[in-house]
Amino acid sequence: MRDQQASRSFDIVNTIAILIFVLLCLAPFLHIISISLSSTRSIMSGEVSLFPVEMNWDAYSKVFSDQSMIRSLGFTIILTVLFTIMCMVMTIAAAYPLAKTKLKGRKLVMFIIIITMFFSGGLIPEYMLVRNLGLLDSMWALMLPGLISPFYMIILITFFQNIPDSLEESAEIDGSTYLRTLVSIIVPLSLPVIATLSLFYGVGRWNGFTDTLMYITSPEMYPLQLKLYQLVQNNMVSELLVMEGATGQAKLQPESLKAASVIFATVPIMIVYPWLQRYFVSGVMLGAVKG
Amino acid sequence: MNMSVYLRRYWQLYMLLILPVAYFLIFKYGPMYGIIIAFKDFNFFQGINGSEWIGLDAFKEVFAMADFYKTLRNTLMLNFLDLLVSFPAPLFIAIMLYELKTAWFKKISQTILYIPHFISWVIIGGIVYQVFGTQSGMVNNFITSLGFEAIPFLTDKNDWLITYLIVGVWQSAGWGTIIYLAALTGINRELFEAADVDGAGRLRKIWSITLPSLKPTIVTLLIINVGNMIAIGFERPYIIGNTAVRDYSDVLSTFVYRIGIESGQYTLATVVGLFQAVVGLVFVLGANYLSKKLADQSII
Repeated sequence: MRDQQASRSFDIVNTIAILIFVLLCLAPFLHIISISLSSTRSIMSGEVSLFPVEMNWDAYSKVFSDQSMIRSLGFTIILTVLFTIMCMVMTIAAAYPLAKTKLKGRKLVMFIIIITMFFSGGLIPEYMLVRNLGLLDSMWALMLPGLISPFYMIILITFFQNIPDSLEESAEIDGSTYLRTLVSIIVPLSLPVIATLSLFYGVGRWNGFTDTLMYITSPEMYPLQLKLYQLVQNNMVSELLVMEGATGQAKLQPESLKAASVIFATVPIMIVYPWLQRYFVSGVMLGAVKG
Repeated sequence: MNMSVYLRRYWQLYMLLILPVAYFLIFKYGPMYGIIIAFKDFNFFQGINGSEWIGLDAFKEVFAMADFYKTLRNTLMLNFLDLLVSFPAPLFIAIMLYELKTAWFKKISQTILYIPHFISWVIIGGIVYQVFGTQSGMVNNFITSLGFEAIPFLTDKNDWLITYLIVGVWQSAGWGTIIYLAALTGINRELFEAADVDGAGRLRKIWSITLPSLKPTIVTLLIINVGNMIAIGFERPYIIGNTAVRDYSDVLSTFVYRIGIESGQYTLATVVGLFQAVVGLVFVLGANYLSKKLADQSII
């Protein structure tokens, strides 16, 4: 009897602890949402924590009426979708042949690819390459350098190798070529992994910042993260300077506007995320086995 | 099978590989060729091949820079502290999630705990500023309402370090549980039943069954972390850092960006990047070798 009681109190403590973690995870988001919906006065006086005070939608109407913000969103959506499709096509094209252990030259190609996981040219030579190829300030600079992640490719190879050979063999007997087998049998069977990897590639592109900072110079080409960085971060730095007594040159944006922009850039991911979440756990497990 | 028969049979597979291999050769091996910038007095008008060889002069110059050592120290310091704080967190949370009995609560908790991993550092930077700001930040509002003095989380370098670490845990702890939870699904339930018969309590079972079954995963992840000690992402320190705390937030990757892209000292920046890549490779291989010897686990 005492054991059962101890076990029960363990369950209670455990559940409460997890609940606290979950709340800690959510609190910053709640705070930001509240800020975006509160009046400037209440934010400045420090009244806003987890719930909006003197609620209004002004900040959002400002964000949505900002032409450059909308253009930036549109550009980022197109960029992300195109990039994700290209990545998946390339990753599948690489993974399918490399899943065939009997293919001659497979080891050499794997070797060439795996090396890049451990050693790279580095930031400056990569920048130089993009510059020499004339890709600076173009969408291609944000797409071409990241087309295949060796790690995701290995996940896909592992998955392909787990598909029973008999399926492919029977297709072969029916006269199917490798390309046709790939398109009409292998890819449909791999949709869960493809969805997972698409999420990873897509989120990576959506959230990508370093390359946009290096490669994109004209403001009309700013992807969302770069635009957001200019809005929130430069502002933050100048505010810090103001605090330290120096004069900030940038016009300070109201807190609620910054918060609304942050939410604006987060919502699209939050919309896609629940749809794909059930897939990626198995995807990561596959990677853990051989990665 | 002779070559022509072989190729007629497999040519489609080789065709599929053409673009991916071209991608790796151009975009991964191209920059590796570009490393020779480190040994040349590079300028854009002469290009990589036209620029003059200077041997190891640029290395000498870098190794004489005080900023180089500062950023090296910061990189190792931030990574080491991060290992201490961020490494155990997912392990604890994973075990707690594993012990949860209510399936729907477990599922919802997991979904929510993964979310921060999918948020960009730019957005996290925005959130950090709103949560930890001195004047209207949520945390400081709370601290001052209790009658204490506000803590300069973003502008004092020691307090900033705490912010950096907390944010790291917040961003990665939930996501990190996935790999442990995957390992936990492999545990044989009979072990728990046997322990029940022996009268073991919950904590005892965690200690004697759950933790040991995670040991290989823990060791592997630890090795990967130690191997990456000198590698550091650009975005987290760059975005959470600011000029007031540069003494701590300036790391190798931000240093390379600053002297390379911002100041145009391409040769020097390439040298720093090369140093980081080579030392990083040695770390990774060394960690792998050690783990093979000591724990019979290897990553490569």
